Amino acid sequence: MKTGIFATLCLLLVACGGEAPRNSGVYMLLDTSGTYAQELEKAEQIIRYTLSKLDAKDTFAVARIDTGSFSEKDIIAKVSFDDRPSAVNRQKRLFAQQISDFVANVKSSPYTDITGGLLQAVEFLNEKDTGNKTILIFSDLKEDLAEGYIRDIDIELAGFKVIALNVTKLRSDNMDPREYLDRLEEWKGRVEKTGGEWRVINDLDGLEGLL
Amino acid sequence: MEFMLGITPWPIASAVLWIILITAALYLIRSTAHKAIQATAHALHRNFRIASKAVSRSEAGLAVRNRDVLLAAGREAKERIIEREFDRINESVCKDLGKYSSLHRSLSESIGRIEKDHDDAIDVPPDPPGWVKAVQAVAELDSKEGRGQVGDILSDIHKSLIKAHKDAMTAYHEASAKRHQLLRHMRPEWRLIQQKLAEVGKNVESLLSRSVTIDRLMQEYEDIVHGQDRAVSVLSSSSLVNFFVSAFVLVIAIGGATINFSLIARPMAEMVGGTNFIGGYKMADIAALVIILVEISMGLFLMESLRITRLFPVISALPDKTRERMVYITFSILFLLASVEAGLAYMREVLLHDELATSAILRGDIGATATGEYMWITTAAQMGMGFILPFALTFVAIPLETFVHSLRTVIGLAAISLLRTLALTLRLLGNIFLYLGTLLRQIYDLPLFVPLWLEERVARNAEGGAVTGRVRQ
Repeated sequence: MKTGIFATLCLLLVACGGEAPRNSGVYMLLDTSGTYAQELEKAEQIIRYTLSKLDAKDTFAVARIDTGSFSEKDIIAKVSFDDRPSAVNRQKRLFAQQISDFVANVKSSPYTDITGGLLQAVEFLNEKDTGNKTILIFSDLKEDLAEGYIRDIDIELAGFKVIALNVTKLRSDNMDPREYLDRLEEWKGRVEKTGGEWRVINDLDGLEGLL
Repeated sequence: MEFMLGITPWPIASAVLWIILITAALYLIRSTAHKAIQATAHALHRNFRIASKAVSRSEAGLAVRNRDVLLAAGREAKERIIEREFDRINESVCKDLGKYSSLHRSLSESIGRIEKDHDDAIDVPPDPPGWVKAVQAVAELDSKEGRGQVGDILSDIHKSLIKAHKDAMTAYHEASAKRHQLLRHMRPEWRLIQQKLAEVGKNVESLLSRSVTIDRLMQEYEDIVHGQDRAVSVLSSSSLVNFFVSAFVLVIAIGGATINFSLIARPMAEMVGGTNFIGGYKMADIAALVIILVEISMGLFLMESLRITRLFPVISALPDKTRERMVYITFSILFLLASVEAGLAYMREVLLHDELATSAILRGDIGATATGEYMWITTAAQMGMGFILPFALTFVAIPLETFVHSLRTVIGLAAISLLRTLALTLRLLGNIFLYLGTLLRQIYDLPLFVPLWLEERVARNAEGGAVTGRVRQ
């Protein structure tokens, strides 16, 4: 009898504990530099789509890329969804509203610190300890650092999915497409070098496989 | 192979030599080999036969046990039916014959009243007319005193006669009218008696028909008690029918429980969280399932307390008062759970609307957030289903009881069939091995046809020589 009770308790403990987290964490970086700030309406659509795909206990944060992006101050909105479905719906609406307000009043930044934003994203998602970690980079991937900013560092991206969205071609890319291809290749290399998974989605109508 | 063909410089010669050697060796150990083959075949045959017999014995034992179980179940079921029939007769007797004293009194009173009315209605003969004596007096007067005053007297007599006649007729009419009135009063009494007697006749007929049913049931019961094959066959077939019918109803009940589950699983996430898991299953789903299972359990206890089912002997054996309390308690819990379910069903609808509205906002389709005018119908329907389904699931107890009882028989029958097939297979295998032994011996002798032929020739010659010798002697 005692053995049976012990075995049942052990089974329950095994069943209850030791499970890997199943939730998702998404961190989205929005490039607000120069003319790319005009693309932010598209980013708002992606954010709404992402919101509709996320569920209870998931985490979502949206941050801007500006001169120095390795900062919590650049996080525009962040949310860890509640356990209750009704609360999740409320949080989603509020988040969407915050993003709409940001897009309506955004000011473009003179520099583009993508690496700093990526570092901040990794730090944030590691802290949240989510099951799946996804970083969305809504940018043309052209990094333009201000003087004195050191970003020549390896970022530990093992277990992260990094997805570059709407990587627009610059005027110089049109003149020499190798620049564009090199840029993409460089970022791919940086991500995959430390164990990350790299993807590019330029067709925003096909977001089904985003998460 | 090369080694074998290389024992002589000529491979063919080597091969022939090997064949001769092998044949010789096989011939030399032929007897032992035959015995070994035979022993193995016989051993296998015997073992399979033993196994087959053991399985057959198990099958027979199981069949006896199954028969006992079937008869016991049939006896119990028949006892319940007979008990209910007796209960009905008891109710009928209590209801109808309980009123017998009042019926008897009513009939006696009616008969008494009829008798009295009848006595009162007897036709009374009218009094003899008074004028006969008067005429006699006049006649006597006429002979003694003369006829002077006769005319006056006759005139008076005439008047008196007319008056008396009138009075007599009036009295007679009055008496007749009274008699007719009394006879009219008797009519409803007759009808009342007829009605009462018809009622009594109907009740007696009902009792008679019930007694016929009880006779039939008692006969079946006796057949079961005596363990007659016919009774076993009837019980077996009815058990199979019960099994399939109850299984069908249980499948329907499972469908109802699934709908019930879908009604409350989603809103349950509001109470226990939507992302907690136990062993790979959502906590909300488990909670919803537990609620449904508790409802079914309460339904079982309710049915058991009402003595509709008899799955738990402990509940059936409880004192009536405790049982009644249990009925009230289980019904109250069931009612509360049904109310909770109705509330959860409402919550589900609210959550669904909220989710749809959020999705519409995220899509940028603000117009889609407006709620439909007739959405209250689905809300009300869901609430109604949430409230009714727990009570409907209560009745699962009846098919469940039938299913459990018939399952024993069905499993027994299936096991008997399985054992029978196994015994047959083992028996067949035993025979196959026996004949396989014979076949192997024949196959063994096949390459030894030359030495065997020679052996036969030698034996024949030897036999021929012996016969010749005997003849010579």
